[in-house]
Amino acid sequence: MAYSEKVIEHYENPRNVGAFGKDDEDVGTGMVGAPACGDVMRLQIKVSAEGVIEDAKFKTYGCGSAIASSSLVTEWVKGKTLSQALEIKNTEIAEELALPPVKIHCSILAEDAIKAAVADYRSKHGSTETETPICTPVAP
Amino acid sequence: MTTQPIYLDYAATTPVDPRVAAKMIPYLTELFGNPASRSHAYGWVAEEAVELAREQVATLIGADPKEIVWTSGATESNNLAIKGAARFYAASRGKHLITPKTEHKSVLDTCRELEREGFTVTYLDVEPNGLIDLEKLAAAIRPDTVLVSTMYVNNEIGVIQDVAAIGALCREKGVIYHVDAAQAAGKVEIDLAKTPIDLLSLSAHKSYGPKGIGALYVRRKPRVRLEALIHGGGHERGLRSGTLPTHQIVGMGEAYAIARSSMAAENERIRWLRDRLWTGLSTMEEVYLNGDLDARVPHNLNVSFNYVEGESLLMGIKQLAVSSGSACTSASLEPSYVLRALGRNDELAHSSIRFSIGRFTTEAEVDTTIALVTDAVAKLRELSPLWEMVREGIDLESIQWAAH
Repeated sequence: MAYSEKVIEHYENPRNVGAFGKDDEDVGTGMVGAPACGDVMRLQIKVSAEGVIEDAKFKTYGCGSAIASSSLVTEWVKGKTLSQALEIKNTEIAEELALPPVKIHCSILAEDAIKAAVADYRSKHGSTETETPICTPVAP
Repeated sequence: MTTQPIYLDYAATTPVDPRVAAKMIPYLTELFGNPASRSHAYGWVAEEAVELAREQVATLIGADPKEIVWTSGATESNNLAIKGAARFYAASRGKHLITPKTEHKSVLDTCRELEREGFTVTYLDVEPNGLIDLEKLAAAIRPDTVLVSTMYVNNEIGVIQDVAAIGALCREKGVIYHVDAAQAAGKVEIDLAKTPIDLLSLSAHKSYGPKGIGALYVRRKPRVRLEALIHGGGHERGLRSGTLPTHQIVGMGEAYAIARSSMAAENERIRWLRDRLWTGLSTMEEVYLNGDLDARVPHNLNVSFNYVEGESLLMGIKQLAVSSGSACTSASLEPSYVLRALGRNDELAHSSIRFSIGRFTTEAEVDTTIALVTDAVAKLRELSPLWEMVREGIDLESIQWAAH
């Protein structure tokens, strides 16, 4: 399979790899996908008191397109408010990385990861507008 | 990329050996006659070359040249053997076939086609090491079973089935036994004078011959009858019409002759390289060998690198030409059906790489491979949330993953 230059670039130099303390008050964690499907993404956002995403980290198990999609998303969410971050659409991710049709699910997963991370943050802060995407794995 | 990737995909195809190519070339230019032309020397020369090659192929597998039918390759041979025998014997013997779940698509899909024609097929489970349990096979044989088809050597995991025992069982039950030997020729000793196999599919390009040519062995004693798939001039005793591609046939014959003379020494060298590769790779944690190590051709190493996805690993080792067991590279997101049939879990099936070593592989290439794979796995595990969770002592099985 031929990958776009942008996918290769993110794969070779992934941005913001790592983790924040998932129990920290200012951190929202979204983990989506499943090992059985061949991809699991974990996106974490660090949110300021003003509700702005100051930093983001990810780790992804999956194909190059999945790694690139999550790496890209960590760059895009930084500096955005939670509601702005939720406006990021999978189609924009797919377009930016020139994903072929069979890899569109990677961009959908990345969008889901943002939603899951925001939902996790909001649930820590007692917000009523939690919006849990369907792909969130449930810890025991 | 400045240099060619290191080729470790000999199970997919092999380069034509230069000695083979040299034999083929005159049959494209000066010696271009149609082997079926009986009325002039052009035809006679071509026919002679075809018959010499038939003998070379027969000799490698302990068969009589009259038992060799030229085809376009192992896929066609599998089709001709299975459809040909099933259709010929349907009325007299029955309409049930048995084949393991780990067969090549050209066998599985042929069986599917026969199901559409009203045949019933039992897809047999294999053991976790990839081998067939003889008792389970015996239990699956019914009075109306017409044919059993198994691989000699599996293309993904390289395991060698006990074809002699399976053949003996089939003979005892009066069932035709077909063997797909595409990955076996030139790698394991095949002696059809002693082994009760009725039909055997062969390919040239897996054994340093050209693509587009193969053969089907059709036993004469006891005689096995087939219905032809391709009709026309009645070539190959009516079993496979179509002008014989003399140059391809000459290539297959020469490739098989070389295989016969060099197999023993070559296997020993390749086994040494394979063991060196496995020793190097297995120093990493959470690395698993897929398929039995002993009942296995020396050329194959199929390894799962746990918590690393196969396609991303391939991206990280672009300097290597290997193949991933994860079919994520094709349109489907299904992991390898062969590894699934071994009972490997999804993570392991998604993280497998097949290394296949061959005639032109060097020790330096193996050492480079170990270094490249070790680096790529380490890098991807740093990126893997699964690896991090396992490191923290979290049992991945305890997490309720949502399918998507």
